[in-house]
Amino acid sequence: MFSMGLLKNDLGGRIIFYLLAAAAILVPVCNLVVPETSVFYLSSYTVTLVGKYLTYALLALALDLVWGYCGILSLGHGAFFALGGYSMGMYLMRQIGERGVYGHPILPDFMVFLNWKELPWYWYGFDQFWFAMLMVVLVPTLLAFVFGWLAFRSRVTGVYLAIITQALTYALMLAFFLNEMGFGGNNGLTDFKDILGFNIQSDATRVVIFVLSCVALAAAYLACRYIVESKLGRVVLAIRDAEDRTRFIGYRVERFKLWIFVFSAALAAIAGALYVPQVGIINPGEFAPLNSIEVVIWVAVGGRGTLYGAIAGAFLVNYSKTLLTGSLPEVWLFVLGSMFVLSTVFLPKGLVGLFSKDGKEDE
Amino acid sequence: MNKLLGSRIDQIPDSVEAGVDTRHGQVLYLENINVSFDGFQALKDLNLYIDEGELRCIIGPNGAGKTTMMDVITGKTRPDTGTVFFGQLVDLLKMDEPSIAQAGICRKFQKPTVFEHQTVFNNLELAMRTNKNVWSTLFASLSGEQLDLIDEILETIGLVGQRNFLAGSLSHGQKQWLEIGMLLMQQPKLLLVDEPVAGMTHQETERTAELLLALEGKHSVVVVEHDMEFVRSISRKVTVLHEGSVLVEGEMDQVQNDRRVAEVYLGTLC
Repeated sequence: MFSMGLLKNDLGGRIIFYLLAAAAILVPVCNLVVPETSVFYLSSYTVTLVGKYLTYALLALALDLVWGYCGILSLGHGAFFALGGYSMGMYLMRQIGERGVYGHPILPDFMVFLNWKELPWYWYGFDQFWFAMLMVVLVPTLLAFVFGWLAFRSRVTGVYLAIITQALTYALMLAFFLNEMGFGGNNGLTDFKDILGFNIQSDATRVVIFVLSCVALAAAYLACRYIVESKLGRVVLAIRDAEDRTRFIGYRVERFKLWIFVFSAALAAIAGALYVPQVGIINPGEFAPLNSIEVVIWVAVGGRGTLYGAIAGAFLVNYSKTLLTGSLPEVWLFVLGSMFVLSTVFLPKGLVGLFSKDGKEDE
Repeated sequence: MNKLLGSRIDQIPDSVEAGVDTRHGQVLYLENINVSFDGFQALKDLNLYIDEGELRCIIGPNGAGKTTMMDVITGKTRPDTGTVFFGQLVDLLKMDEPSIAQAGICRKFQKPTVFEHQTVFNNLELAMRTNKNVWSTLFASLSGEQLDLIDEILETIGLVGQRNFLAGSLSHGQKQWLEIGMLLMQQPKLLLVDEPVAGMTHQETERTAELLLALEGKHSVVVVEHDMEFVRSISRKVTVLHEGSVLVEGEMDQVQNDRRVAEVYLGTLC
C-alpha cells in the first residue's frame, strides 16, 4: 500500500496512523452503538473534545512543516486556521436561514441587529457548500501567498519574520473585532443549526465530522511525509541549515519557502474549517497572537522536525490544558510556560526525542 | 510515471548554457567595477579577465576586495558601476544568484558550508546540475547516470568511504572537499574558491592542491588564498589585489619579486 510504503521508516508515523485508524472505527461505535450505561460508552462531549484535538494536531503538523523543516518560525499560523474557520462559519451562518432570532431569510442575526439592509458582497456564495469549501482553502492560501511573497522576496528571516507574522495575526484580530467588517464583530459567528442539511448538534453528525478530522489528519500526515522525504524536502532542510549555500547552488530559495508556506497555510485552514463545526463558534479571539504562540509550544514540546512529534505535542499539551483549566485555571499559563522552557532546555528534540534511537538528527 | 518524471529532470536548465560564448578564449570579464559600502571603496576600477580552463590565484592583504569581487561575480553584491560578462554574451549584472549558479558559475565559501544534517551523498545530490524548480524537485528521482556521476565525484574528492556519513560529522578538510565536490556536481564553467586551505593540515593542503590542479583545463578556477606556498604550488598566473584594484598580474616569481607587492604586504606591517 502506498501509505505504508511512505511510512516504512517512520515508526512514529505508523503509530499515529494506527491510532487514527482505531479512533475512526472505535469512536463511532463507542458513541453511537454502545449503550450509555456501558463502561465503553463515549460521551458526545468526549468525541467533540478529541475531535478538537485532532484539528489542533493538524494545525501543529502544518507549523512543523514550515518551522521544523524550513526554519520559518511563523507566529501567525493561527491566522490561517481562523480564516479557514471563518469561511466555514460563514457557510454555517447562511444555513440558519429563517431559524435565526430575528427570522430574516437571508441576513444573519448580527446584521439585522446592526440594521443592515443587504448582505455584503463578500457573503455571496457562502450558502453553497462547495463555494465555502473553496474559500476555506483559497482565502488563507492567497493571504499566505501575498505575505510570503513579500517577506521571502525581501529576504526577511528569523526573528524579524516571526515578528511580522505575529503582527499579521494581531492586525487581523483587530479588524475582525470591528462590527463594520461584517463578520459578527466581538461575538463572531455562532448559533449554527445544520451542515449539508444534517443537524450539527446531533451525535451522528458529530461522529462524521470526527471521522473526517481523523481522515484529514492522516492524509495531511502522508502528504507532509511525502514532501519531506522528496528531494524538495531535502532542499527545504538545506535552506534551514545554510540558506546562502542553497541559493548559490542554484535554487530559488524564496520560491521554495513560498511554496511550503502556502501549503502549510492550506493545512492550517482545513484544520480551522474542521474545528468550527465541532466547537460551534468562531470569533476574533482565534486570531489572538497567544494562540499562534501556543501552537509553537505544542510543536516544541512534542519535538519539531519529526511531524509525528507535532501531533503528539498538540494532544499532550491540549489534554493537560483541558485537565488543568478545569481544576486549577490560574495555574495553566505557568505550566504552559514551564513546559516550553523545560523542553527547550532539556529536550531540544522534544518528547519524541526521548524515544527515537536512530539519532538521525544528531551530528 | 517514473520514466516520465525521470526524463523531465534530465532537462538541463535551458538557454544559458548555450549562451556562454568563449570564442575569444575568455570566460569572465570584469571591467571598471566600483563598489562602495557607506563611503568605503571596496572595489575601485577593477579590471579582471579569466581565460577558459585557467587556474588563477588571487592574493592580496586583508580588505583588498577579494571577497567583494566574488560577491559581485556571483550576484550577491551589485556594483555601483562597471560590467561583468560571462563569456561574450551573458551579462551577469542582470541575473540573480540562482540563475548565475545555474549558468555555470559556482562558489565555495571561505568557511566550509555544507548541509550538516544531511549525508555526503545527499549534499552532492542537491548540488547536481538538473532542473531546480519547485515542482520538479518535488517529484525528482535519480537516474542511473546521475548516480554514476555522484559516485565519480565521490571518487574525485576522496570521500567514497564517507558516502553515507552526515556532512556535519566530517573533518574540516573533508568538508572543504565536499564543498568542492558540490561545485563539481554542478558541472560549472567557472569555479570561485575562497580560501580552500585555511585551517588545513599539511597533508590536507597537498591533497587540495592536487584536486584543484586536476580541474585545470576542464574548468576555469579562481582561487583566493593567503597561503603563499600553496599559491606557488598550484598557480601559473597570480593577480594581486590592493585597495580594490589590480596591483600586479603575472607569474608567481615575477609577482613575488615585485617591489610594490612587497610594499603592500610588508609595508602595512611596519
